[in-house]
Amino acid sequence: MRRIGIDVGGTNTDAVLIEEGKVARSVKVPTTEDVTSGIVAALARLAAGGVLANRRIDAVMIGTTHFINAVVQRRQLAKVAALRLGMPASASLPPFCDWPRDLAGIVRGGIWMVEGGHDYDGRPFMPLDMDALRCAAREMASKGLKAVAISSIFSPLDPSHEREAARIVAEANPGAAITCSSDLGRIGLLERENAGLLNAALTELAHHTIAAFDQAIRNASLDAPLYITQNDGTVAEASQAIRLPVYSFASGATNSMRGAAYLSGLSDAIVADVGGTTTDVGELRHGFPREANSVVEVGGVRTLFRMPDLLSFGLGGGSHVGLDPLSIGPLSVGYRLMTDALAFGGRQLTTTDVAVAAGLLPLGERARVAHLGTHLCRQVLAQAKRMVEDAVDRVKVEAGAVPLIAVGGGAFLVPDQLEGASRVVRVSHGDCANAVGAAIAQVSGEVDRIFRDLSRGEAIATAARIAADQAVAAGADRDTLKTIETEDMPIAYLPGNALRVRVRVVGDVAAATG
Amino acid sequence: MQLRDITADDIESLAVGAWVLGTGGGGSPYLGLLNMRRLYAEGHRVQLMQPDDLADDDWVAAVSNMGAPLVGQERLTDSRTIARAVALMEEHTGYRFRGIMALEIGGGNAIQPLMAAAHLGRPVIDADMMGRAYPEAQMTSVAVGNLRPYPLTSVDVRGLESIVDKVPSWKWMERVSRKICVEYGSIASTCKAPRTGREVKAWGIHGTTTKAIRIGRAVREAQRRHDDPIAAVLAVEPGKVLYRGKVVDVERRATEGFLRGKTRIEGLDGWRGSGLDINFQNEWIVAWLDGAPVAMSPDLICVLDSVKGEAVGTETIRYGQRVTVIALPPPPVFLTPAGLAHVGPRAFGYDIDFRSVFAA
Repeated sequence: MRRIGIDVGGTNTDAVLIEEGKVARSVKVPTTEDVTSGIVAALARLAAGGVLANRRIDAVMIGTTHFINAVVQRRQLAKVAALRLGMPASASLPPFCDWPRDLAGIVRGGIWMVEGGHDYDGRPFMPLDMDALRCAAREMASKGLKAVAISSIFSPLDPSHEREAARIVAEANPGAAITCSSDLGRIGLLERENAGLLNAALTELAHHTIAAFDQAIRNASLDAPLYITQNDGTVAEASQAIRLPVYSFASGATNSMRGAAYLSGLSDAIVADVGGTTTDVGELRHGFPREANSVVEVGGVRTLFRMPDLLSFGLGGGSHVGLDPLSIGPLSVGYRLMTDALAFGGRQLTTTDVAVAAGLLPLGERARVAHLGTHLCRQVLAQAKRMVEDAVDRVKVEAGAVPLIAVGGGAFLVPDQLEGASRVVRVSHGDCANAVGAAIAQVSGEVDRIFRDLSRGEAIATAARIAADQAVAAGADRDTLKTIETEDMPIAYLPGNALRVRVRVVGDVAAATG
Repeated sequence: MQLRDITADDIESLAVGAWVLGTGGGGSPYLGLLNMRRLYAEGHRVQLMQPDDLADDDWVAAVSNMGAPLVGQERLTDSRTIARAVALMEEHTGYRFRGIMALEIGGGNAIQPLMAAAHLGRPVIDADMMGRAYPEAQMTSVAVGNLRPYPLTSVDVRGLESIVDKVPSWKWMERVSRKICVEYGSIASTCKAPRTGREVKAWGIHGTTTKAIRIGRAVREAQRRHDDPIAAVLAVEPGKVLYRGKVVDVERRATEGFLRGKTRIEGLDGWRGSGLDINFQNEWIVAWLDGAPVAMSPDLICVLDSVKGEAVGTETIRYGQRVTVIALPPPPVFLTPAGLAHVGPRAFGYDIDFRSVFAA
């Protein structure tokens, strides 16, 4: 079993080679504008000395912040046709109604609202207006809109109207990239629709980016399937990931947490990922990050899809330190640490300088920070400790001390004793935890459908079987499958004891055969 | 008589303040706020009228959105539907309403009269019938006053319009109108029994729209200045801090169409070493300090985010949140024996005598 995990971050591209469950090698190179050459460089360094020559790689798994950065920085986004089924309800709050004006101006390609949708009990809210739908589909095509987001009232309960609309749009507008909201989110029309609109806006970028990833691994002469990591710590095959890029939004943070779990051998713990500018603190449950259950804002847009529940705050290795009064962050020298921090001859006092002065870090020139007294260093580090402790306390959903795993380049700011943590765990390769997390990501299968004329137990068992088959078809090893989520909801209105069942299973990527 | 213009900024404050007065329930005012932003952008404006400026024989519409908050998340509130419920009541009764008031100032229903007012060009009356949010239709000042409970109009956006013409009691009105609402898909825009100017002056809870705006503005200004928003609320309202701490447990169950349960908060600062439990039925009902009741309906129990000052709802409160629990004084109408029979602790199944946080 040999896998390569790559994390394409805003600053660095990290890559690790995992062999038989061990990190065999890890490298870090700068991320490049075209993405491809950075990955090629990372793979070249990973392969240095011929370690990859003539050896089978089972999978390459890439995690990236590319898509969320595109939204936050408002670049490379496509114009989207918004199609909502559910008239005459919700007409006064059309798609894009709560978007930041600048982003709406970039993404909004047109809005079509037609009759359709369902009620909470499964009854149709209105019959789907086929004539209006065909007309809308033609208009989108004539406006040249190639990205379409479809949303429908209560579609998580019954997605049939969205599916039918997608079929009609595809007929009139061949080659259009269509996103259905029911593929993305839960109850909450505006938030689910927003996720669909963002997804549609990103589909073209996802296509190019993932093609670039693919090209990079071919250039490195690797003949392995490419997987893209998802917000929930699983992977999707590249073809699937192209369709749903928002599912990869938060995969960087998820990968760090999953990598921390793997490297430490702990499955229930708090993870503090201390970077250059910010620290992310989250909670691992059964080896996966606990998910947020409320509204998550991305680039100013309210969404409601699955994301890890993280607390981010301005503490990192490059954080500015102020002395009067004592303060840390949120400003940071970021990637300019090696030029701007005092210990490297720069003029900005940072947390790294304090750590160097305190003898915690063998970096830069200690003489340059010798003027920072012991008492001052202790005060700054105590402040950093309080910031981490406060975050740990806030992310915990149950009382009691649990282990804390400190990863990331700024992990030296986390002391060995923390209130609320039973112990602080440090791991080797912790600075590449995100790439490790990508390499160990699992494959999932999910079923979400309505069953009739079955007992509750039978319906759930049937759903689990279908989900397992899907996971295996997607590349999972059947022997490692585990059910991680089961949810059922009776649908009172439908005859035959209708039950909506959602089951999700995950398993390890199967080793290549032959 | 003076009408006061409600500004766009007032509506932003109203959304924050109404959520505080929601005492944990009433639904988020967010979608109503979005509707009002849109109406104001289109040039609509709403004015506020004091109840004392009503003539005794004026007619006033009382409006609310009825149904399950979950459905409201999919079938988004549309300003025209509540306006239609009011127009339908005018058609049915032949009255022309002088103004429109809220049934419930707590939560999303605080915005409903503004939406109707914007479309119909009438003022909003600065009053409501709860002074907060409550889970049931008979938990109002007009039910305490035993005023006529009918008629009621109920509108669905698809063109379904129903009138409950006559019922013998508020309880029957709750039952029958609830049935219609469920058939619509568990959401309905309703105009309650019309009230005369004299009734509003005698039984309305006055000044609550202004109060919600005042509370919301205090919170928002404190946030902008990085001041303590809870101190800011208490500077404008005669409330008391009951407790400050961290949520350590939340237990919820959906029963008979209500969200019931209990949250436990462990003390911080001066409350270290103690625990506060709060029972809820959609709204916060009774708070117990180390097992002894310390605050209960009809006193308003408001759980606020200790840092942001915004309200924390019973649907969304969760472990680890830092909260400050404050009490605000109840409308006097609920302190009478009849008032306590409608909304005192026994009306929610707690066999304890009401004792106000504000009792001398």
